[in-house]
Amino acid sequence: MKALARLFRTTAFKLSLAYLVLFGIGAGIVLTRVQIHVEDLFDEQIAQTIDADIRGLAEQYSEGGIRQLVEVVERRVRAPGASLYLVTTFSGELVVGNIAALPPDLPDQSELVEARYQRRGEATAHHRAMMRLFQLPGGFRLLVGHDLNDRKLLRGILGRALVTSLFWLIAIGTLGGIIVARRILARLDKLSASARRIMSGDLEQRLPLMGADDELDRLAGNLNAMLERIEQLMAGLREVSDNIAHDLKTPLTRLRNRADAALRSDSTTEQYREALTDMIEESDALIRIFDALLMIARAEAGYCSDFMGEFDAARVAADIAEMYEPVAEEHGARIELDAAEGLTLRGNRELLGQALVNLVDNALKYGASTPGAAVRVGARRVGDGIEIGVSDRGPGIATKDRDRVIGRFVRLENSRSRPGSGLGLSLAAAVARLHGGTLRIEDNEPGLRVIVSLPATSADATRPTSAPVAPPATGLAAGTSPRAL
Amino acid sequence: MREMRILVVEDDSEAGAYLVKAFREQGHVADHAADGLEGYAAAAEGRYDVLVIDRMLPKLDGLSLISGLREQKIDTPALILSALGQVDDRVRGLRAGGDDYVSKPYAFSELLARVEALARRRGGAKPEETAYRVGDLELDRLAHKVVSAGQEIVLQPREFRLLEYLMKHAGQVVTRTMLLENVWDYHFDPQTNVIDVHISRLRAKIDKGRETPLLHTIRGAGYMIREGAR
Repeated sequence: MKALARLFRTTAFKLSLAYLVLFGIGAGIVLTRVQIHVEDLFDEQIAQTIDADIRGLAEQYSEGGIRQLVEVVERRVRAPGASLYLVTTFSGELVVGNIAALPPDLPDQSELVEARYQRRGEATAHHRAMMRLFQLPGGFRLLVGHDLNDRKLLRGILGRALVTSLFWLIAIGTLGGIIVARRILARLDKLSASARRIMSGDLEQRLPLMGADDELDRLAGNLNAMLERIEQLMAGLREVSDNIAHDLKTPLTRLRNRADAALRSDSTTEQYREALTDMIEESDALIRIFDALLMIARAEAGYCSDFMGEFDAARVAADIAEMYEPVAEEHGARIELDAAEGLTLRGNRELLGQALVNLVDNALKYGASTPGAAVRVGARRVGDGIEIGVSDRGPGIATKDRDRVIGRFVRLENSRSRPGSGLGLSLAAAVARLHGGTLRIEDNEPGLRVIVSLPATSADATRPTSAPVAPPATGLAAGTSPRAL
Repeated sequence: MREMRILVVEDDSEAGAYLVKAFREQGHVADHAADGLEGYAAAAEGRYDVLVIDRMLPKLDGLSLISGLREQKIDTPALILSALGQVDDRVRGLRAGGDDYVSKPYAFSELLARVEALARRRGGAKPEETAYRVGDLELDRLAHKVVSAGQEIVLQPREFRLLEYLMKHAGQVVTRTMLLENVWDYHFDPQTNVIDVHISRLRAKIDKGRETPLLHTIRGAGYMIREGAR
């Protein structure tokens, strides 16, 4: 009973019911119209028959007088049928016919009317007929009519047809509704069951597809895609927490060892002081890693547009180039600025600046090893967007490593020995995504070119869109790039 | 630096005690309030030079505390301490009426330098001067000219602004982040020794041939420009 109630509550069933009512009304209208038309046709035919009869009889009368008329009428009366005849004298006395008497209130004029009549030999006047009274020359009256019993029968047949067809319509409709509802309910039950299994922790599970490519399949397909994404994010979360554990524990261990070593040996105050200074430096490095991670997380979660303002991206590029110019000089390199004018952008200037600092810092660290090498900072308008790029002439990054290197804590083998957290590119990519843009890593032939590509009007891009080259962006712990070497 | 009266509003008692002790060691008067309401009551008297306020406080959070004070027309400079430390948090803090922002964990030297800068801004309240002078080093803001021992020095625009900021805060420790914020107008962590390199360039220009340099590096804190050794 409960299952049935559940069935009746389904949308499919309610829809079938609604259609049923609509079809029922439609069928009723059609059948009623048919009935009206058929009756009209029937009436018309009767009228024609009566008219023809009257004409024929009037002819008989004018040919052979009342005698011939009576003969003909008598003959006709004897034959069974729905036709009615009555011939009376002027005063209404019956001459011949199968009707007992002239119905009262019959108009004299030869007009077709529907009236009650009494058959001869019957007690009451309960039949109905179409009839017409005709005045014959010589004072006789001729009444010709047609019994309407046929019409009554027809009406009954049509009525019954209406009722039966409505009955079948309802029966088949209800049954169909139940079958459709059950089918859909069964599929939904399967989907719900899978969803519950997934919720209870079996994230590998997917919703079943029927292969029908209908709306339910499409829905299930989309949900599956969503699950895929969630699973990716979960995997990313696990991976990043592993990475965090690893990459934060290493400096923490160094920190601890330092303190331990200083405590164990009988050191001078000066040595203690040195150890403490080292430890402060080590913890500052840790804090920087935390800050970078937090910043990435914030950038990926999306800033509210409150902190988005209009600024000139070319100005930022110039600022950073100028800021790093003396640093480059110390490295024996130089920075070339190639920025177009007036690249107005809506976004967060601080974050873009930080991203650029990371890129320039990387370029100087890895790409400016040869004396006199130039690091190029460029900003230009490309179509509707703005591209800010930093390129160097260093060893570059192999094509296969380019996607990977954007991931958090990823440091390529040849750079492990140098200082750095492996978060610089991740942060730059996160900032690009925050602005609705992407981070591209290209070959500078030779060297490396990293391009932050931003849409010019990223005003509403407070939600990051996922970039093709970057790991998924949601929160601190997202990111599916492979583990660092 | 003359004595300052500092109110530390910090719910973590150890961190609060550490700050109070550290400020007192520097010769300042420091009081501690353990929650937002207590801090508000103490600050509302208006007898402090600087307020150091933690952002997350029980009873009344740091930002509300500051906006409350500003509504009461109490304009004691307030420095916000926060564990969040991101760009938007800083903007929020300054919008609420805070005057500076330091994210936790911080170096005490950084905090001290900023607190001193805030106190001086209030105490001195000197109008923007058109020229600064430290020893025989003169900087004319209007003519954009720097003269050292009678000799004009040619500085890049950024070097000029760097020197201008240092001289405005002469005798005061100026940290690297303060320089990045005020000279370059960026608030992120400079990461490498970017500022140091700019300073050493500037130093090469202004301290060249000087027996006692004017531009000093304060170890573990930042830089200071002052006349003679102390």
